[in-house]
Amino acid sequence: MTKSDPVRLISVVLTLLAVAVIGLLLAWAVFTLPEQAVGLSSMVSDRMPESGVNAEVTAILLNFRSYDTLLELVVLLVALLGAWYLGKMHLSPEDTKPGLVLEGLVRFLVPVMILVTGYILWLGSHAAGGAFQAGALLAGAGVLMLVVSREKLPLRDSIQLRILLVAGPAVFTLVAGALVLVDKPMLQYPRQYAGSLILLIEAASTLTIGITLTLLFAGGRPHRGD
Amino acid sequence: MTPFDWLFDGLLGITMLWLGLRAVSGTVLLSNILSFIGLGMLMALAWVRLSAPDVALAEAALGSGVTGALLLAAFNRLQSDKHSQGKHHDKE
Repeated sequence: MTKSDPVRLISVVLTLLAVAVIGLLLAWAVFTLPEQAVGLSSMVSDRMPESGVNAEVTAILLNFRSYDTLLELVVLLVALLGAWYLGKMHLSPEDTKPGLVLEGLVRFLVPVMILVTGYILWLGSHAAGGAFQAGALLAGAGVLMLVVSREKLPLRDSIQLRILLVAGPAVFTLVAGALVLVDKPMLQYPRQYAGSLILLIEAASTLTIGITLTLLFAGGRPHRGD
Repeated sequence: MTPFDWLFDGLLGITMLWLGLRAVSGTVLLSNILSFIGLGMLMALAWVRLSAPDVALAEAALGSGVTGALLLAAFNRLQSDKHSQGKHHDKE
């Protein structure tokens, strides 16, 4: 630190001032909140039977506001493309072989994590859960394998990998397009198929999210291979 | 709310503030990252206390888990870059 004392003092005072102002504003915002928030919750619970699922959050994410979720999936894809554009995948060389215990633990954990991924995906239809959480768990399994036993998870830039990377947004878009073809508004699922369509989209999205997050952990574009 | 709830929530809030402070201050990058991961886990707990399990799951898995892993990966890369740069200078 080469800052002189007066500069330091001024910066500290300014910081404290900013904190105080923001704190006061936040306190004012909290105290002026209406007693009973109205919001959209009653509207959502009125329309729940139409959504095809029994969980409010999933109904909003995958049915009532599904366009937002579709765009979120595309954002994830664009983020990965950005990382790929910046350079090739470059995992630091393993300095030490992982111990037997760690390798054994990962060998045991990864199948369990994949199983739990499926469970959380399924849980999304009636409780807390869903594609993003399940995908993050899948990515956790992928990251564990990348760190501990890399040769078992060969990441190669192949057509299969690319198909998996776009599976989520692609299935989502196909469903939206198919609905337009049968004279429905885009992404307004027919009531009797809503549940299955949501599960289909979420399953594809889980795979895509899991693979995308694992590849983001790995860094840039993997080397070519088939 | 029982007194135990008050105690628990108060401790949770104070610890989160402290971890948040530790995540952005100090000069040891690794300890900042670890504080951030811990903050994420506690934030998931706070969401559960606010009875929002969906947000809690997303926070634990994405906010803490995946972001933490990405930060650690970036940290690792920074270290190895620094390492190879140091070697380069030694050769010169």
